[in-house]
Amino acid sequence: MKLLELSFIPARLVIQAMPLNPGSHLVLHAGAPQGRNIEWLYWSIFWVLVAVFVLMIAAFTRAGARSHVSAWKPLPIIENDEADRRAAWAVWSAVGVTVITLFVILVISVVTGKRVEGLTSKNPVTVQITGHQWWWEVTYPNSQADQTITTANEIHIPINTRVVVLTNSADVIHSFWAPSITGKRDLLPGYSSAFWFEVDKAGIYHGQCAEFCGLQHAHMGFSVIAEPVDKFDAWKRQQLKPASDPSDAEASRGRDVFLTHACLMCHTIRGTDAGSRFGPDLTHVASRNMIAAETLPNTAGALGGWIVDPQRIKPGTKMTPNALAPDDLQALIVYLRSLE
Amino acid sequence: MAVAEPIIPNDQDTGQSELAHRLARTWRQSGGFWGWFSNTHHTDIGIRFMVTAFIFFLLAGILAAMMRLQLIRPENSLMGPDLYNQIFTMHGSTMIFLFAVPMMFQGFGVYVVPLMCGARNIAFPRLNAFSYYLYVGGALVLWGGLLTNTGPDVGWFAYVPLSGPAYSPGHRADIWSQMITFTEVSALGVAICLATTILRHRAPGMTLNRMPILLWEKLVISMMVIFAMPAVMIASGLLLLDRLVGTHFFNPAEGGDVLLYQHLFWFFGHPEVYIIFLPGAAIISTLVECFSRRRIFGYTPIVVSVVATGFVGFSVWVHHMFATGLPQLSESFFTAASLMIVIPTGVQFFCWVATIWNGRLQLRLPMLWAFGFFFVFLIGGLSGVMLASVPLDLQVHDTYFVVAHFHYVLIGGALFPMFAGIYFWFPKMTGRIADETLGKWHFWLFFIGFNITFFTLHFLGLRGMPRRVYTYSPDMHWHRLNLLASSGVIFMTAGLLVFLANMLRSRKSGEIAGNNPWGDAGLEWSVSSPPPAYNFLHIPTVSGRDPLWEDPPDQPIVVGLRDDIRETLVTHSLDADPQYKEEDPGPSIWPFLAALTVSATFVGSIFTPWAVPIGAPPVIVTLLGWLWPRGHSPAPRLAGEL
Amino acid sequence: MSTFDPPVPRPMTLDVSGLPSVAFGHRNTTWLANVFYMAIEGMMFAMMFATYFYLRTRSTNWPPGHLPPALRYGIANAVVFLVSVIPARWVAKRAPSGDRGAIRKGLLILALFALIATAIRVFEFTTLNCRWTDDAYSSTIWVLIGMHSGHLITELIETLVLFVMSFTSKMEGTRLADAAINSDYWYFVVVTGLMIDVLIYGTTRFL
Repeated sequence: MKLLELSFIPARLVIQAMPLNPGSHLVLHAGAPQGRNIEWLYWSIFWVLVAVFVLMIAAFTRAGARSHVSAWKPLPIIENDEADRRAAWAVWSAVGVTVITLFVILVISVVTGKRVEGLTSKNPVTVQITGHQWWWEVTYPNSQADQTITTANEIHIPINTRVVVLTNSADVIHSFWAPSITGKRDLLPGYSSAFWFEVDKAGIYHGQCAEFCGLQHAHMGFSVIAEPVDKFDAWKRQQLKPASDPSDAEASRGRDVFLTHACLMCHTIRGTDAGSRFGPDLTHVASRNMIAAETLPNTAGALGGWIVDPQRIKPGTKMTPNALAPDDLQALIVYLRSLE
Repeated sequence: MAVAEPIIPNDQDTGQSELAHRLARTWRQSGGFWGWFSNTHHTDIGIRFMVTAFIFFLLAGILAAMMRLQLIRPENSLMGPDLYNQIFTMHGSTMIFLFAVPMMFQGFGVYVVPLMCGARNIAFPRLNAFSYYLYVGGALVLWGGLLTNTGPDVGWFAYVPLSGPAYSPGHRADIWSQMITFTEVSALGVAICLATTILRHRAPGMTLNRMPILLWEKLVISMMVIFAMPAVMIASGLLLLDRLVGTHFFNPAEGGDVLLYQHLFWFFGHPEVYIIFLPGAAIISTLVECFSRRRIFGYTPIVVSVVATGFVGFSVWVHHMFATGLPQLSESFFTAASLMIVIPTGVQFFCWVATIWNGRLQLRLPMLWAFGFFFVFLIGGLSGVMLASVPLDLQVHDTYFVVAHFHYVLIGGALFPMFAGIYFWFPKMTGRIADETLGKWHFWLFFIGFNITFFTLHFLGLRGMPRRVYTYSPDMHWHRLNLLASSGVIFMTAGLLVFLANMLRSRKSGEIAGNNPWGDAGLEWSVSSPPPAYNFLHIPTVSGRDPLWEDPPDQPIVVGLRDDIRETLVTHSLDADPQYKEEDPGPSIWPFLAALTVSATFVGSIFTPWAVPIGAPPVIVTLLGWLWPRGHSPAPRLAGEL
Repeated sequence: MSTFDPPVPRPMTLDVSGLPSVAFGHRNTTWLANVFYMAIEGMMFAMMFATYFYLRTRSTNWPPGHLPPALRYGIANAVVFLVSVIPARWVAKRAPSGDRGAIRKGLLILALFALIATAIRVFEFTTLNCRWTDDAYSSTIWVLIGMHSGHLITELIETLVLFVMSFTSKMEGTRLADAAINSDYWYFVVVTGLMIDVLIYGTTRFL
C-alpha cells in the first residue's frame, strides 16, 4: 500500500506541471476523502493496465521479430502443430490471467464505489442545486422560509461536515462536477437525486457543468468554498439578511435604476420589490468572487461590461443587453457592489 | 446443360472462353447515365459505399480540424458557440452514421462477402442498391442542413430535453432525427442482404465450420444491426413525434421521462460501436492469417469470441449512464458486464499473437497497419477498462478522457483496419497494387499525428476539461495541452494527403496485381482482379477453411447453372448443400426511384405530418414497380418442377 | 492451390442442373428475409412495450387522469385477428400447388379481413378516451396502435397486390412462395396486434 502511494508522487509530478490557480479542479489532486479514494483506485488500475500494455506490446514485438522474413512475394504456407499446442497453453493461461485481473478490478471498483457513495449523516448540511441554462441555483433549504438561503454559482460549506446535495434542473440536463472533490452527478429535470460529499481541506474547489446543455455550456462554472465552521456560520448569517439599504445617493439612484429597468424582470433582491426567480438571486451579489457563472471576476469593470452587453461575453445567454445612460450604469454598479 | 468445351477452373479464367463471353453478356450491367442508377452488382455498389463513406470521412475530418483550431488557445474567437455546437455535432454524427458503418459494415461487407462466399452476386441485389441510395439521401439531408445553417447542434446523441421542442426550436434536431431514419434503414437493408448471402449463398462444401472468420463476423454484425437499430429508430422517432406532433414521451411535466431516451439510445449505441469495431477485427483476422503464411490460430475460440461479443454487447449500455444516479447494484452489474466483454476481445488478441509467433511474418503494407491497430486499439481498450469502473467513470465521464478513449478504440479499431483492408483489397478492386513506400509514409505520419493529438486528451480530461466546450478560460491552465493536441492535426492531414495521392496514382500506374498478389486463401483471390461481372466462371466448391491453400487440385466446380439467364445457387444454411436455383433480378432503376420517393417522404415529414399520407402513394408505386415480376415465361421452369 | 503453382486441369464437377428453381417454406431466401424483417419490426414493438412499462413506473395512477380505452373495438379486432388466421393458413397451404383459383379466393378473403381490421382500427382511435397530445401515456398507446396500423395497411396492400397478380400468368414459381410468405407476415401482424390489445386493454384495467 505504501509503495503504491509512493508511486503517486512521481506520477503526479509528471502529470501536473503547472500551478493551481485560482481553484483546484484536478481529478488527480483531490482535496476530499472521496476524491482521494477515487485517486487511489485510478492509480491501482493504471499500473495494472500499464503492465498489461507492456506485456502485450512485448508479445507482439517478439512475435513479429522472431517470425519476420524479408520477402516480397508470398511465401509457401507453413504448419506447426507442436508449436500450436504450446501456444494453446500460453493463450489459455493469458485468458486465465485476464479473467482474474478483471475480477480483481471489479472487486476494488465496487469496494471503492461503496466507500465513495457510502457517506451519510444524521446532521448534514443540505444544499439544493438546480441547473439552469447557464447558471447554478443554490439553495440551503429550511422548513422556515425566512431561514432559507438562496444564492447562485458559489456554494459555501463547512469543512469536515457531510454535505448532501439534492439535484434538480429547471430546463435541460446539466451535470455537477467538482473534480477535486468527487465524481459528477447529472441534474435531470423530473428527477431529484441526492448525493453526498465531504471536504477536509479548506479552499476553493472549482467545478464546471459536465453535460452539454446548449450555447453556453462552456461558461457554466461554479465554485465550492470549503471553510471552517465559524466562517461558514458567519457567511450563512450574512446571506440570511435582506439586501442592505443604499448608504448614499448614488447607490440609491442605482437601486432605482434596478427597479425601473429590465433587471427586476429576472432577478431577486430580497428587501426590495424585485422578486423574480428566472435569473440568479442578487441579494448578496457583491459577496461572490465571480459573476456570470465563474466567467468574469466580480469587479466594477466586468460587472459594467456584463450588464451592458452580456451577449458579447456569453453569446446566447438568456440575459438581454441593457442600454443604460453612463450615470445610471455607474450608479447601478455602485448599488450592486454594496450588496455584500 | 451439355458442355462440349473444356471446364476451366476459376483462377484460369481469362474471360476469353465461350462460357466467359456468354456469362459476361448475361450478367452485364447497363451502361450510360441511367445505367449507373440501375446497377445492382455488389462490387460496384460496395465500391460506391466505400468511396462515398470516405468522402464523408474527409468532410468530418475537416470539421475536426476546425474544432482543434478553435481550441488551440483559450477564449479563441475563430467561431462562436452556435457554429461550434453544429460542428461537433456534425463531426460525430457524420463519422458514426455516414462513415463508420457505411464503410466498415456496408462497404467492405457488400464488396467482399459475396466473393468470399463463392457467389455471383449479393442476395437481394435491389435492396442492396436501394440501401446505398437511401444512405446518400440521409447524408445529403444532414449536410444540406449544415450548409443552410440548420445543422443539428445538440451533440451526436441529441439528449432530451435539449433536443426536444422546448429547447431546440427550428428544424435542426429534426434533420438529425431523420438522418438517423435514412441511415438505419440503409444499414438494416444491407444487414438482411449480407445475412442471407452468408446463410444461403455459400459455395457447396463451405459448412459453417469452414466459413472464413470474416463471414462469421459479418453474420454476427448483421444480427446485431437487426436487433440494435430498432432502438435508435424508436428513440429518434419518438423525439420527432415530440417535436412535430406534440407527444410527451420525454416531457417530465406530462409523465414523460428524460432517461427513457438515454436507455433507448444507448441500447442501440453500445452495440453500434461493436458494429463498427467487429468489421475491423474481421479484417485483422484475415490479414494476420495471410501475412503469417499459416492458418489462423484458434479459429473456434475466435468465432466463439465474436459471437459472445455480439451477445454481451447488448448488456452493457448503462455504462454510458453511470452519472445519472441509478441504483448502485444495477451499476455494479453493468460494470461486471463491461469488464467481461474484454475477455472475448482478449482471446482474439492472444490468438493473433500466437498466429504471428508461430508463423512467417511478411510485413507488407496491410500488415503494417494491422500492427498499428494492435497498438492503438489496445490503449483504447485499456482506457475502457477504467471507464467500466463506476467511481472512475464518474470523474472522467463527459471529459476529454472519454474523447481520448473512444478515438483510440474507433480509430484503432476501425480506421487502422480500414486502411489495412483498403490496401489489401485494392488490388482485387482495381487490378493494381498500391505503392508500398507512399503507404508507409501515410502510416507513420498518421500514426504519429494521431497519438500526439489523442494521447494528450487523456491528460486534459484528468485536468478537468469537459467535452463539447467551444472555449475555455486561461485560468484553467489547459492551453498548453490543447495546443499540443491541435498540432497533431498537421501530421494526420499530411498522412491523408499522401493516401489520396497513392490511391489516385496507383489506380493508373501501380504494379499489376494478378489474381492473388498476397497469396491469400479466400475464394475472392481465385478470380481476376478486378472480378468479371459474373464473379466466378463456375461457382466453386470448397473442402477446407482456407480454400486456396487447402483444396486439392481436383476440387469440384459447379456446372449446370444456366448462362443465358442470371441463375444463382442457393445452398443450405448449415452444410451449404445445394438446394435450389434462384434468378438474380439484374439491373433495375426501381431501387433508385423508390429511394427518391422514400427520401421525399422522410424529408417532407420534417416539415409536416401530411407528408406521410401524401408521400405514401408514390412510395407504393415505386415499390410496385420494383416488386412486379417481369421477364421470363414461366413455362420452361414450371415443367417438371412442382 | 495458389497461383504460383503450375495450373492443373480440374475435371471434377458438381452438376446442379436438376435442382428446382423455386423452394417453399424455410428453404426460400425470401422466407428468410421475412424472418429478419419480423425480427426488426418485432424489436421496434419490443422497444415500445418497454417504453410503455417504463413510463408506467414513473406514474402513480395508470392511466393517469383518463378512463381506460373502451373495450368494444379492441375485442372486435382481437376476434377478427384470430379468425383471419384461417384464410392465411389456407393460402399458405394451397400456394405450392400452383392452383391459382384457390390462391385467388384465399387472398381475397384475407384482404377482406385486413380491410375490416383497418376499419375497426379507425373507430378504435376514436374510443381510446385520450388524445396523443395529452400526456406520455396517451402518446404511447396512440403510437403503439399507430405503428401496428402501419403494418396492417402494408399487409393489406401486399395481399391486394398478390391478389391482382393471381389473375395473371405471373403467379408462378417464386410468386407462389411469396403468397405463402405473405401469410407468415400476416401471422406477425396478428400476434403483435393481440399483444397490443392485451397491453392497452388489459394492463390499463388489471395492473
